[in-house]
Amino acid sequence: MCALGAPPTPLRAESRVVILSTTTSTQDSGLLEVLVPTFEKQNGLTVKTISVGTGQALALAARGEADVTLAHAPALEKKYVEDGKMRNRRFVMYNDFVIIGPEDDPAKIKGMAKAVDALKRVAASGSRFVSRGDKSGTHVLEQGLWTQAGIEPGAPWYIESGQGMGATLGIANDRRAYTITDRGTYLAFGKRIALPVLVEKDRSLLNIYSVMEVNPANGPRVNAAGGKAFADFMLTPEVQAVIRTFGMDKYGQALFVPIAGKKDEDF
Amino acid sequence: MGLILDGVLQAFRLLLAGDPEVWRITLLSLQISATATLLALAVGIPGGTLLALTRFPGRGLVVSLVNTGMGLPPVVVGLFVTILLWRNGLLGALELLYTPSAMVLAQLVIAAPIVTGLTLAAVQQIPERFRLQLLALGASRVQMTWVLIKEARLPLLAALMAGFGGVISEVGASMMVGGNIKGATRVLTTATVLETGKGNFDVAIALSVILLAITFLVNWALTWIQQRRRA
Repeated sequence: MCALGAPPTPLRAESRVVILSTTTSTQDSGLLEVLVPTFEKQNGLTVKTISVGTGQALALAARGEADVTLAHAPALEKKYVEDGKMRNRRFVMYNDFVIIGPEDDPAKIKGMAKAVDALKRVAASGSRFVSRGDKSGTHVLEQGLWTQAGIEPGAPWYIESGQGMGATLGIANDRRAYTITDRGTYLAFGKRIALPVLVEKDRSLLNIYSVMEVNPANGPRVNAAGGKAFADFMLTPEVQAVIRTFGMDKYGQALFVPIAGKKDEDF
Repeated sequence: MGLILDGVLQAFRLLLAGDPEVWRITLLSLQISATATLLALAVGIPGGTLLALTRFPGRGLVVSLVNTGMGLPPVVVGLFVTILLWRNGLLGALELLYTPSAMVLAQLVIAAPIVTGLTLAAVQQIPERFRLQLLALGASRVQMTWVLIKEARLPLLAALMAGFGGVISEVGASMMVGGNIKGATRVLTTATVLETGKGNFDVAIALSVILLAITFLVNWALTWIQQRRRA
């Protein structure tokens, strides 16, 4: 085990490794696999992308186990920024969530303008609903909607998958249930999911991705310079241009809309 | 059914077309699990033999611990090794997290008890009379141990197969300590999880088929070694 016996690096100030903690959706979409190699080439740094749920991505960063975080749970992110664990939260891009469900739509939500109202009807009719249940950005958004609706979802109609978006879509499809999904993953699954989009384009279904730098005070080994370099990179005009067209060739529509420079007030 | 057939065909296409990513993932899986298994042998055969041949207070407890370790859930091993290797963890200074070395370490923890436990059982089932005879014939303790290990070689090969099978197929620990990083720590099992999550079921099935084929080939070779003198 040669590497285990390697001498420990005494100083991390010059570390060439940047740990990016992010959500599974950014990796599943394939966007990071396009962007990361460009960043590595330009900066001579190695990026280790750790794709986990948003909750875990932020928790790792708060412990100083990552250098930069790309997440999509605004409420949770703001809490980490207020607590001083994360710094310099900046918008990168957005796409949107959609509520999908069985064709015969037992809760009669098709075409409703407000996601909250749609969820109220799902609960009232006791129609099956599959939740991620994993503290991911998608799950955090869904929980916010239930809170707004004043409903505490539970058995028997409320199913928690505890898995990623892909697996959750599979379960919803199989059980003929409603669920909330980001549009990118939904498009990626294409014909394999027989559940049509029923509610979309509500302001509360916006899915905003932000990049945040890890406060070096979170741990002695945080590579603050590397983290900042990656955050800055995501907001450069070149990267924003790549984001604008990403997915066009495969899905016929772009998966994300770049929004560098925008603020919370703009939405 | 059509999907599985497509996946099998896809597996052949990927391998024959020499898809560099698939080859890299396959070789890395083999490299990591083979290294971990060899290290587990280095720990487990002497450890198991020693446990089989010695009597000391608390031996029963140690044997029970080893036997429990044979069923260690990989995800639990992954969690503890991850925390140990965190930058701010006990071994953080080594900067091993999210590297193949970390995966070898986790797989070693999984495989070592399996090899130790099966070695213990293999050596212990040799009748005590045989041991006494060897000593009576003037063998030194080292010579006797060597003969016993040779005598137990068939079950020891089984221990090797069980250890390798346990680590090449596990996903929980590899995912956590390796991070499934493309080009660095992505192995067959973690790539299968990823492709399933992406909805690329055909690629996921192809990777599964490759994993099964490798496991079969390795075990077939070992079985051949194990059985050749018997034929």
